Order: sequence, then C-alpha cells, then structure tokens
Amino acid sequence: MLKRENIRIPVSQQALVIEKPIDITTIGGTVTIQINEKKVFVPFGTTILDACKENQIHIPTLCHHPDLCIAGVCRICVVEVEGLRTLQTSCSFPVTSPIKIHTSTEKVRKARRHIIDLLLSEHYGECYSCFRNGNCELQSLAKEYGVDGYSFGHILEPKYKVDKSSAAVIRDMNKCILCKRCVRTCIDLQEVGVLEAINRGHETHVGTFLDKPLADVICINCGQCINRCPTAALRANDPSDEIWNAIDDPQKHVVIQTAPSPRAAIGEEFGIEPGHSFTGELNTALRRIGFDKVFDTNFTADLTIMEEGTELLRRLKKAVVEKDSSVRLPQFTSCSPGWIKFIEHFYPEYLDYLSSAKSPQQMFGAVIKTFYAKESKIDPADIITVALMPCAAKKFECNRPEMNASGFKDVDYGLTTREMAKMIREAGIHLPEMPKSNFDEPFGNASGAGLIFGATGGVMEAALRTVYELVTGREVPFENLRIESCRGFEGIKQASIKLENCVESNNFLEGVELKFIVAHGTANAKKVMEMLQRGELSDVHFVEIMACPGGCLGGGGQPIPTSEEIRRKRAQAIYEEEEGLPVRKSHENVHIKYIYENFLTDGPCGELSHKLLHTHYTKRGKYIS
Amino acid sequence: METTLKTSKKRTGPVLFSNYQQAYGIKKAIELGRENILLELKDSGLKGRGGAGFSTATKWMLSAAANAEKKFIVCNADEGEPGTFKDRVLLLEYPELVFDGMVIAGFTIGAKIGIVYLRGEYEYMLPLLEGFLNNMKEENLLGKNILEKEGFDFDINIRLGSGAYVCGEETALIESLEGYRGEPRNRPPFPVNTGYLGYPTVVNNVETLASIPHIIYKGGEWFKKNGTDKSKGSKLFSVSGDCGKPGVYELQWGTKINELLEIVEAKNCKAVQVGGASGVCLPKSQFNRSLAYEDAATGGSIIIFDENRNMLKILINFMEFFVEESCGQCTPCRVGNTKLLEGVKNIEKDEYTFSYINKLKELGKTMQAASKCGLGQSSPNSFISILDNFKEEIFYSNSKGIKNVKA
Repeated sequence: MLKRENIRIPVSQQALVIEKPIDITTIGGTVTIQINEKKVFVPFGTTILDACKENQIHIPTLCHHPDLCIAGVCRICVVEVEGLRTLQTSCSFPVTSPIKIHTSTEKVRKARRHIIDLLLSEHYGECYSCFRNGNCELQSLAKEYGVDGYSFGHILEPKYKVDKSSAAVIRDMNKCILCKRCVRTCIDLQEVGVLEAINRGHETHVGTFLDKPLADVICINCGQCINRCPTAALRANDPSDEIWNAIDDPQKHVVIQTAPSPRAAIGEEFGIEPGHSFTGELNTALRRIGFDKVFDTNFTADLTIMEEGTELLRRLKKAVVEKDSSVRLPQFTSCSPGWIKFIEHFYPEYLDYLSSAKSPQQMFGAVIKTFYAKESKIDPADIITVALMPCAAKKFECNRPEMNASGFKDVDYGLTTREMAKMIREAGIHLPEMPKSNFDEPFGNASGAGLIFGATGGVMEAALRTVYELVTGREVPFENLRIESCRGFEGIKQASIKLENCVESNNFLEGVELKFIVAHGTANAKKVMEMLQRGELSDVHFVEIMACPGGCLGGGGQPIPTSEEIRRKRAQAIYEEEEGLPVRKSHENVHIKYIYENFLTDGPCGELSHKLLHTHYTKRGKYIS
Repeated sequence: METTLKTSKKRTGPVLFSNYQQAYGIKKAIELGRENILLELKDSGLKGRGGAGFSTATKWMLSAAANAEKKFIVCNADEGEPGTFKDRVLLLEYPELVFDGMVIAGFTIGAKIGIVYLRGEYEYMLPLLEGFLNNMKEENLLGKNILEKEGFDFDINIRLGSGAYVCGEETALIESLEGYRGEPRNRPPFPVNTGYLGYPTVVNNVETLASIPHIIYKGGEWFKKNGTDKSKGSKLFSVSGDCGKPGVYELQWGTKINELLEIVEAKNCKAVQVGGASGVCLPKSQFNRSLAYEDAATGGSIIIFDENRNMLKILINFMEFFVEESCGQCTPCRVGNTKLLEGVKNIEKDEYTFSYINKLKELGKTMQAASKCGLGQSSPNSFISILDNFKEEIFYSNSKGIKNVKA
C-alpha cells in the first residue's frame, strides 16, 4: 500500500516529530513527568496536551485540530514548564525529559484569559446574530473562562468585505481569529493551496492570491475549510430562504433528493452521537416541512453505476479487443464535484480519463425534470429540485452552465446537511422523534450499493458488484458482498479482482485481473495523478477519487466538528444500514430496470442517456487572470 | 578593502578591533582540531551577540553532536533592531573576521555550506562581499580541501532578506531562507537539530562569528581577560541619538552607562534605551548600571535621549514599529501590540485611567510569557519600562504644568 510522503508542511507548523517507541516497556520508552504535582508515566515524545488529556486534565485549544499539523499560533494551550522562562504551548511541546508541568497557575490562567480577550476584541459581531451560535469554539472558550465583558474593547465596524463570490464557500474575515486551520486544511490536508496568510502584524489576514474573490481563484469548493473553522469566518452559501419561498409557493412542485451521507450525520446536529442514520425519520421530517416528494439519491447512484460501469466495459472492450490506443484507461470516477474541479484546475490535460457520467445529484435533476415530470404529468417549469448533500461543491456543480440537459436547470439548489438541520429546527421539528417513512415512488428505495457511495471506496465497491456480475454472471466472491479491500480510511487503496469464466458477451475479459485504486482527499488524488503522469497506472482499470477525506461522509457540508473518529462512526452507520437492505446491487434495483425499459430505452450509454446523464468538462488550468 | 562608510577609519578596541591577519584563525583551527576548538570556545565564555546571549560553545556542541548528512552555518546579518549598525561596520570593514568565523564554524560542526542572510537594505554591500568571497576562494580559504586540509570543504553564499524585522529571529530567518513567509517556528525542535531544510543549523550573529577567529587564534584565556564574570570579552555598541559622537564603539562588557555617555559626549541626557526598541529604557537614576548580560543586556543598540525629548512620543514610535513588524502569527503579539499602542495613544489624548494602564501592563507581562518568539516576548519591554521609569513626565506633567491625578 502507498503512503503519503513528502507533503509540504512548513516546519513552522510542525511539532518535533519524535518516533514513539513501539514497545513502551523498553528502557527509555516512557518518561516520568509531573503534572500539577501528580506523577505520571507517558510514552517518550507525547505532547504535553496529549499527556494531560490522558490524565483527565482539560487544556483549551483553538488552532489545534486532530486532522491538521501543529501550528502553535493561538497560544491558548500554554502551560508552565518548570525551568523555562516563558510559557510553553502544550500542543507543540513533546515530552522528552522528566519535566514538571503546571497547567493552571495564575500566570497560565491570566495568559489564557488575556488571549481570549484579545481575540474577542478583534472578532466582529455578536453571538446572537451568528449562525455558529452554540457551535463556536471561541464562544465556548469565552464561556469556559467566564468572560463577561470586553476587557480590551470590541471592534464595532467590519474591517473586511464579505466575499460572497463563490457559489459554495462564503468568507467573512471579520470573524476570523487567524488560527490558520483553513490555511492548513487547504495547503496541507487538501494540497490545493488557495488560502494563505497575507500581510504582516495587525494587517495580517487570511486571503487568496492577490486577495482575489474566491470564485476567481483555483478553489475546488470542497468546503473542508468550513468544517475546520472554529468560528463563523467560513460558511457555505446557504439557499434555504429561496427553498422556503419555493415551498410556500403553491404553484411550485418542490422535490428533494437526499444523499446517504447527510442521513448518517444529521443526527449530530440534533445532539445525537455520531454513528446513527436517520433515513426514515428524515423522510417524514422533510414531508412535514412541505417538500412535495422525497426521493433517494441512491436511485441515481445505482443509475451512475449502470452508466459508469457500461462506460468502463466499453473502454475495456475498445482497449482489449479493438486495440484502440486512443482509449484512456484507467477510467476515473466523476461523482465528486470537488475532485472534478480539482482535476480541471490541476490536471486539465487528463480530463479524458474521467468518466463522462454525471454525478448522482445531477442525474437525478435531469431525470426528475424529464422522466418524472412526464410520468406524473407536471410541467417541469414548475418543478423545483433540491438536493440534500454532504457537500459544498455540489452548490457549484448545480450551477455549472452545462447542467441543464432537461431544458431547465437540472438541480435548482444544493443544500448541505447543516442547512437542512437548520430548516428542520426552524420548522419546529426534532428529527430523532419523527416516525420513519419510506421514499416516494416512482423511485422508491434504492439498493445498498447506492447507499455506500457515501464512504470512500463505496463507488468502487458498488461498481465491482455490478461489473463483476455482468462480466461473469456470478456474484462477487465475498462474504455478504463485503469487498473489504475497498473499505477503510487508508489514503490510497490498491487491489484487484480476477475475472474468470466470463459470460459469452464479455469473454474478451477472460482471465483479466481487474485492477483498481481508491483514493480520498485531493492530497491523495494528487499522488494518484502523479503516478498516472509517471505511467505507473498503465495496468490499472478503474480509479475512484473523492475530494474529501473519508469520502462524502466527511464532506464540506457535514456537521461540525469533524475528525477521523467521527468519520469512522459515520462510515460504520452507512455500512450497517446497507447490510439490512433487501437489494444490494445496483442492477437489481427494480426502478432502474423500469427506467431502462420505459424511458432510457436505448440502454446505458445510449443516445438519450448520453444527452441526460453524461456531461463534459472544462480545461481550467492553474493560471489566474 | 574600500568601504562606503563615511565614518571609516582605523578602529581600535580590545578584542574585535584588535589586530588580526586573515586566515590565521583558520590555520590555527586546523591545527587545534574540532574538540580543542570547542574547548577553547567554552573556555572563552562567548555568548551570542545578537542579544539573547545563548552560549556559543553549547550551540556548536549540540549541532556538532547531531547526526545528519548535511549541516549548515547561517550568519544572521539581518541587523534590524532599531539603533543597531555594528554589523554593517563589521561586514564592510572586517569581512575577514566574519567569514573566517564562518569557515571555522563549518570546520567545527561539520557543515559544508555557510549562508549569510543579509538584510535587504544592505544590498549595496553585495558586490563588495562577493568580491571578498571570490578572493577567499582564490586563496583556498573557501572551496574544496581548504588550506590543503583533506576533506575540509566549505562555501559561503549570500542571500538577501526582504525587510521584515522578524526575520532576524533565527527560526523565521530559516523559514525565509526556505522561501516561506518569515514566521517563527515552534520550538522545540531547535535549529541546532532541525534547522534549514530540516538539517542541523547553527545561526550566529555577525558579531559572534567575528569574535571566533580572535578566540581561536589568541585563545579563550586571552578573550576572557575583558568583561565581567558572566559577560566575557567586549561588545560593539551602536550609539545613536543625542550625543556628540555617535558611532560604533568597542567597549568591555561591564562598562557603566555613565562611562559610555562620557565617551560619546552626551550632555543633558534624560534616558538611555538599552537594546533597541525591544530593550528597556533607563532613567538617569539607573545610569550607574553596567552594560552586561546580567545587568543591562543589549544586542548593541544604545539610543540616547536628552532633556528635550518627549518620552510618550518615543514610546508611540516604538509601539507603532512593533504593531507593523509583528509577523501576525500568534495572538499575544499580533493583537497585544495593537492594544498597547492604543493605550499609549489614549494616554496622549489624555483618555485613560490608571486601572486601564495597569491592565495593559498585565497584558504586557502575558505577551512576554506567552508569545511565540522573541519579538512578542520583548516588545512590551519599552512599554513597561518607559511607563514605569518616566511616570512623572508622562502622567503628572505637561508643558502647561501639573495635570490632574486620575484614579
């Protein structure tokens, strides 16, 4: 398996990397330190922060985030280390000698209080008029330290213009406390590098290249920065007011499609521990809010598998049988709009490798405004399609000019999990109390293969279940259809499956070892693209890439906070829900069979599906005009 | 070698400005060998001349002991502290001392490359210094097998800064060298272990390096004849402000401020800023203090203010400097300095209470303790010292007479 190496992390933002001993019982494996007069043993190289956490001592943090490298810039986590003149940041200080630590002396308490006061003095606005009210790390720190006034004043006029240029991400630097989590997310975690600190001293702010609007730089709209912002400096572009207007308008037929990841995470917005799905409850809540129909995005996930799988088989046939050298392999998935914008900016010369299939969201939009409108005899001009997505980039995607195959804007609004939760609360509904209900016809409940699209590797697993069966006529040879090599959070996963005893129509693939790669997070996508550039992927057939760490369940529209632990729990919820479903292969979804028999009659990748379900990409490049 | 300084004249002094012939130090260093150089250095008691005063021998020993395929020597010539100009004189008039010092440092810790991080404003020195380095190369004082010593390779590059004060801080300097924003790093790790490009790096001030050839050639014993118990040797002072003879002086550590004022012909002196903007401001009553690491410490900057100066204006000037020159990374320094400046301006406008002033002083103490690097840790020094030492002038009198005392 592959490792992430040589990533660009400025040394200023790294803590001393001490190799922790594998066996801590070896001599020198542990260090005896004193925390507040209490003797404790910690593994050599543990940070003071972790050592304190292990010993039930809470140390406040702000610029620290479990997904990101150490910054040590907010200074809120300072502690006193005996023998050192200055206070030390516990997040960046590795324990390598028997030190004595004091975590709440007068000096420490005063310093922390001062730091909170200083941050508040420059933090524009009031909590009650802020969408992060109740979920703001600065606010909870102020509460923790009993702040009851502004010791050093409070900024009364906004200093910066709010950047609303982007369809996905809104930046309000007046609320920024310069913890630089967004900068580290963008450069280190995602390796996009749109955000960086600009200027010096009191003029310092986080900005883009030449302070251009976010829409004009190479932002991929993944929204990972939003998930890691401790305050309200970053948020998604919220269309809920327009959606309310559409719901209130009796002329409009408002339908919503819900993706699997929001269902597995929206409970967190209502105080439920991560790891519980609320699919049925959400259906009821959405109907009570006033949506006319509630559809399952997994239906078009299944459709995507049919289209993308067929496209892959055609490419393979061209390459193997017709020896056509113009065929681009491996085929890359195209479901993740963040990944699409990433490749358009960073690797525009490789767009031919992408599957031309639209993402499930956009397929659904096109199907609703054509097939569904026809079936239910509603004028598509009166239909408003809303997509509940875990994603910020979906907002940009539905606004792409090419996304109007139905003759209308295929998807009118992309809504994030957080915004949906807000609408549900606004409607006076407590989601966990809702009775369960099913999705609406004519799309009904989709297959489990569509459901697992939410986790990294899910598209690959779903595609393999279908492609393998189409090629060999047999189910994938794994217990309970679990393809473990697709699962898990390793950055880049590589595996293969041998195709034997193929059915006649696909016997050109007899004996072929189908090789695939699964990557999540654009930093890993970059690694895969570099492998492609070096020609190392010549024997690989299919690559799944998701822009966000963990896949869609870690998307930029998901509840805050996020961490690998939370993402694992969401994945677990998705996989558990999937195993309980009656249909778990895309091609066995009866509604899929129905649509190919009655609407897309020329089959997958046929003429009509090409018009409605496939798209093209734009060579954007990295140069900013 | 020619210089462009008007003040250029043969200087005299006990250590740095004493006689030295180029390459003698290097030759002696080769004779002594690494361990003896470190012993000699330890014996001399040399401490960093940039202001922090860390033992040079310890720094060298740590990086000499570090196990790495590459090591670097960096000469910190980003002389940015307001009121210092001694490094300029050293580089222009005594480049052989600085460069010999770097070569000896490279020999001792096992570095093959030395980098001079030259202040952007000193760009005009570039041709002179590069010409000098070329001469050294021709004389085999740089390059491969220096002075026929097998395996003794060392080269010096000069890199220009871009004018940020914070890049004088060693880790910010290294970030800048690597091409990033000049922002101080977390420590630990220290540059002696993880420095330029992640390799062990010794960052020394120009003056520290210039002391090395003397110490190696003439011995640590000779070096520590000057100075005090805890501050060995001599120091270059950049004296500016209200005095008859401003300039660069080499004086022994331990010299009293009074004595220095006499030498530079300062009359009616009210205050002396020791250590530049980040140093402390001393009133007349403290002029009997001595200039030494253990008393009034300084990286060399001495600014003299006479009776006609307004201390509040001086403080505003200093605080404006820090507000602008903070790198903007850590909270105490970035926001703290603006709050201190706001406070001084409020004093100027006569809008303050003493509880407010005390609150700011407390904030200053937090900045000293909790800032990430020396900039934020030392920027409140002048704020606290000027408000403490010149209370009468600032709070109780103005040109019109006595002010109302506030609660």
